[in-house]
Formats: sequence, C-alpha cells, structure tokens
Amino acid sequence: MVNLKINGIAVSVPEGSTILQAAKLANIRIPTLCYLKEIQCIGSCRMCLVEATGARGLVAACVYPVSEGMEVRTNTPRVRKSRKTSLELILSTHKKKCLSCVRSMNCELQKLALEYNAEEDKFGTDHDIKPIDDLSPSVVRDNSKCIMCTRCVAACEKQTIGAIGSKNRGYAKTIGSPFDVSLAHTPCVNCGQCVVACPVGALYEKSSVADVWGAIVDPSKKVVFFTAPSVRATLGEAFGLPVGTNVEGKMVTAIKQLGDISCFNMDTTADLTIMEEANELLSRLKNGGATPMFTSCCPGWIKFCEHYYPEFLPNLSTCKSPQEMFSALLKTYYCKKNGIDPKDLYVVSVIPCTAKKFEITREELGNYTDSAITTRELAKMIKEAGVDFVNLADSPYDDPFGLASGAGAIFGATGGVMEAALRTAAMALGDADEPIVFNEVRGTQGLKEATFTLGGKTVSVAIASGLANARKIIESIKSGEKNYTFVEIMACPGGCVNGGGQPYVHDEVRNSIDLKTLRAQALYDYDSDSAVRCSHDNATVTNLYNEFFGEPNSHKAHELLHTSYVARPKY
Amino acid sequence: MSQNSFNGTGEQEKALREIIAKHRSERGCLMPILHEAQGIYGYLPAEVQTIIAEELNIPLSEVYGVATFYTQFSLQPKGKHRISVCLGTACYVKGSDKILAAVERELRISCGECTPDGRFSIDSCRCVGACGLAPVMMIDEDVYGRLTEKDIPEILEKYMQD
Repeated sequence: MVNLKINGIAVSVPEGSTILQAAKLANIRIPTLCYLKEIQCIGSCRMCLVEATGARGLVAACVYPVSEGMEVRTNTPRVRKSRKTSLELILSTHKKKCLSCVRSMNCELQKLALEYNAEEDKFGTDHDIKPIDDLSPSVVRDNSKCIMCTRCVAACEKQTIGAIGSKNRGYAKTIGSPFDVSLAHTPCVNCGQCVVACPVGALYEKSSVADVWGAIVDPSKKVVFFTAPSVRATLGEAFGLPVGTNVEGKMVTAIKQLGDISCFNMDTTADLTIMEEANELLSRLKNGGATPMFTSCCPGWIKFCEHYYPEFLPNLSTCKSPQEMFSALLKTYYCKKNGIDPKDLYVVSVIPCTAKKFEITREELGNYTDSAITTRELAKMIKEAGVDFVNLADSPYDDPFGLASGAGAIFGATGGVMEAALRTAAMALGDADEPIVFNEVRGTQGLKEATFTLGGKTVSVAIASGLANARKIIESIKSGEKNYTFVEIMACPGGCVNGGGQPYVHDEVRNSIDLKTLRAQALYDYDSDSAVRCSHDNATVTNLYNEFFGEPNSHKAHELLHTSYVARPKY
Repeated sequence: MSQNSFNGTGEQEKALREIIAKHRSERGCLMPILHEAQGIYGYLPAEVQTIIAEELNIPLSEVYGVATFYTQFSLQPKGKHRISVCLGTACYVKGSDKILAAVERELRISCGECTPDGRFSIDSCRCVGACGLAPVMMIDEDVYGRLTEKDIPEILEKYMQD
C-alpha cells in the first residue's frame, strides 16, 4: 500500500493507483471530462489537473500514479485557474446553443463551466459551423459541439468497430468517419455506446419524437406503445429517481397521459421469442442444423455479425427480435381482432437502444414498426407533456398484451435471454426439478459460460455482452477451441440496461457506481416478484398459439415471427 | 475521397502487399507501411488505406487517423511536376502568399491538390535555404527566386511540353 495525503487527508491505496482513484477513497471530487471508467484514460482534457509534490507542473490526476509520502492539493487558486482556463478554451470552439441542446441541464461541460465560473466568450467564439451528419437512422453527429474528448472514439474502439476516429491534428482535428463519409456508410452497428459516452450534445439519437406527436394528434390513427423490458428499470433516472428504480407503473400512466394510447408490455414477445427460439434450437439439434445457435434479439449484434462474421449467419436464430415480433403481431392479429385497418394503427416501440431505429428500416422485417423511440425520447415526451412523473400513480399495461413472465423481463440484462431459454428448455427436456434460477448465467461480466444437465441432456452455453467479447467467443468457436449448444450475444456491455438509448449518466456518477449491475438488479427483482416466471407459462402466449399461430415454428409463425440476414461489406 | 480517380496498377498492389507482409509482425508497423505505400503510389488514396486496414485487421479509421495526422502523408495524388512554394518567414514577408495564389489561379487548383491531368501538384513548404532569393518556389529540383506574380505563367509554360 502507498500512503499519501490529499488536501491534508491521509489515504492508503494499492501501488499503481492514480491520484484520481486515491481521491475517490478520500471522498474528494476531482472533475474529469475525457476520463471515463472502463472506456478511456488518456489525461488529455486537463480538467483533472492537481498539484502534487515531486511533480514539476500540475499533473493529470486520472493518469498520474501515487507515490509514498506524496502530498496532493486539488483545490488551490492555481488549480482552479488552470481548470477555468481549460474550460474557456474548450468553450471558445464549442457551439454554445445551450437552450435548445439535447443535453441542456444534463451536459458535463455546462455543469463544469458553471462550477468554475468559466466565461463563454473569454477567448471569443471561433467555431465554424460544421455539417451535421444525420444520415444514419440511429445516431446524429453535430461536430460543432464536439469538444474532442474522444470518449466516443474510445467507446467505438472498445466495441472493436472503430467506425469513427480522429482526423488531422491540433486545431484542425475533427472526429468522424474516415474520408468524411457519413456514419450511415460505415460498418457502424448503431449500438449507440458513443452517444452515452459523449459528455456534450455532439452525439444524440435520430429523434422520432415529432413523428410520434404527429400520430397522437392524428384523428385517423390509433396509437399503440409497447415498452422493452429494461425501460422500466432506467426511465426513472431521467426524473431524478435513484439508479435501479423500477418505474413500470408510473411509466404506463405517463404514456397514457400523452394521449389516447394503448400501452403494452414487450415482455410478451420476449416470451414469444423464447418459445420460437427454443423450438428452433431443438429442431436444429434434431435435424443437424447449424450450431451453436446464436440469439437474434439484439440488432447491434446482428449487424455486427453481418459485417464481420458473415460465415456465421446460418448460426443466427431466424427469430425476429421481440420488437419486430410485437409489431408484426399488432399489425396482423391485433388489427384483425379489433377491426382496425393496419394502416390506421401507429405502432411505437420504446426501446433502450439506438440500433432498434435501424432495425425498423429493414425491409425483410416487414416494416411493421412505425417509430422506435429511446428511453431518453420517452422521457423527453413526458417532460414536454408537463407530466409530474415522480408523483404519478401506477397503472397496469393494457390487455391483451399486459401480463408476461419474469423470464421476459430479464431479457434486458446480459444472460437474461439465456436464463429465460434455460427455464423453458428444462421444461421441454422434461427436467423434473424445473429449475428457475440459473446463477451461472447472471452477472454483468462480459463473458460467461456454463454447462447444465437438463432432463438428462447436457446443454453447454456461453454469453457475451459487448462486441469485443462477442468477437472472443466467435473466434474461440471458429478455431474449434470451444463448442456450445447456444450462445447469447448482446452488443452493449451489460446488455440492454446499458443500451445506447438509455438516460445519460454523468461521468462522475458512472465512474463511481456499478451502473449495469444496479439497473440489472431492478429486473431480477421484478422477475423474482413475478407470479409467472417462465415464458411457456405465459397465458397470453399460450393463447396466441391456440388462436393464431397453431404451434411454435408453424408456417404462420415463420411468416410473421422469423426473418433472414444478409452479409454486409466492411468498407 | 480524392478528386482524381484511383488508377493503381496490379504491380503497385503487389508491392504494397509485400511491404505489409514485411512489416506486419513489427510493433508500430503502420507508420513504415504508410511511408512505403506513399513511396509506391505517391500518395495514400482511400483504396490503399483500405487494403492496409484489411491486411492489418485494424479499423480504417485508425489508418486514416494516422495518415491525416502527419503532414508527411498526402491523401491527394502528386503531379508529374511538383510545385513547392516557400511560405517561410523571409519568403512570406517578401509576398510569397501572392506567389502561391498566382500559381493556384493559373492551375485552377488549391494548395495540396493535383491538376486533373496529373501534370502539376502544388504544396507549400517552410524554407528551402535560399532566403537571399526570396520569394522562392521550387518545381521538381529547379529553384526559382526573386519571383513576382507575373513570372508565374512563363515558368509554368516550361513544364507544359514534356
């Protein structure tokens, strides 16, 4: 252990720790901009500068290692002045259209500028308005607001995509795709990890809020919303509630206050996915189809596979994602049952994800979803409608897609789809114990593997979240080192709870809590409190098969609930 | 993308793949590969950067980031005759910016670009060590000093013939 003092407070930290880490232990806050836990640590923004004995000038706390007897000062006039000047230099090239900015009141630069009394125009305003890239259906880039922290680049590298990088250097430096092409024309998988890494308003989702408002006031349209499993666990954050608060009831009430809207539970089609996927897997094993079978609910992962591992496309489950199954169901079964012309039904999915916005544009899925809005966009609509979210009473989801199983809810966390599938597989394979909880597949670590014996059969599974981990698993399968029956892959580290469409979390909070675990816990608690825990026990799903589909993987199910994939070039 | 269409030969591509193979196991191999690739093609077009990214199994954005970071690398093709106008201190105070503007006007391209027929490319440089002759311009290995704007058409004419 190394002993040092920070602002006179003695701390003892493991050797190799940085000043920033030591300060956290002493409960001393050091501001950061370019630093982001697990993503980037390069000491370039100069916000975390501190005085340290033995160092010549001010040092960057995020990268400077502690040493025995070191004395650190984080709050001297020299330090404060330096931070203020750094902020003023950043502000001099930043498009300061704060009032209408997507990040206003939630912007890390704005917050620091206020704290350090930085003047917007100390060094004049010298920014040329750079073109906005909004050709991607998922992510918009406004480089006039970019502060060159490169957190987005690091997040993209971390996903092993590298669709964006820096160009030129010094004052001419910009961030974007190679050769200035639009992000839409790169192998970007639309995961949106760049968006949630951005400290300012330079990156945001392509908004569908205006379209949805338009449909709500259109008398010829019947508007239906359905919400993805993880949204209940994160939406509250946008209204100041603690991370990991389940706000399902308030969310449904709030959506109904936006207009005459029916609000459904997407967990229903998560359950439906399990029924289709489990049967598909059993038939692959029986008929010698491609194995291991990979899950197909995550549109970021699907596009990744199409770009980087087209040879594994036959291994992808042909099941559509829960979003697309739901929309197909609404525009067929639901419309027929309620005498609605499908063109008058406006289907809105609320998702934690920017890649889902790309997914709804895929022709082969039938274009059944009219708009896909992120958790952040829903929060924006609720605020715009003047709804007092925190004090709302709970409402249940609407029939006939209100009740679902806890298995469907845990789809929102890494390992959740696998656990839901294992519950149903245990039933299908006639396992007498009917196990519900599979602890081996839980947890937010990026790579998990386990082997189970269910009904006398050995089932070997693997789970990856984050595309770097997806790559590792695929490479190990490719080389023959590993062999699995079933593999779950989610593009975002931790799964949908950490999706690119989830509420912005300030670096300071993100650096100090385990965001993924807290959000996931809300879903696991929801599951353990659920009356129905298994997809095959979901009465709505059973009813759908009886009334409409016949049986899993039937002709009709194939027509509406399954899809195909296409290899895509990398460049 | 570069304004001039890419017309690399199979021979050049073979040479490129050879130098990649030669360096690929070295740490930090991207720099020497880009350097030698520019030696082969005269510049680093998108097509060449894509081959390098593919062969090294790294994102194109990384190759592009390095290629645009260093001024020694050019993403624009160079002409058969390379014009370099000195913008060093001595030349600059003697009005070399006007010389550069005159060259640009005459050839209808900007500094850093190449004429569509591939005959000329223009770059600026910092001091060629002939400050006594300021303002100075070089075309290939030839040095022209004490220039005025009206000298430019006549000088360029000499390189129009071959």
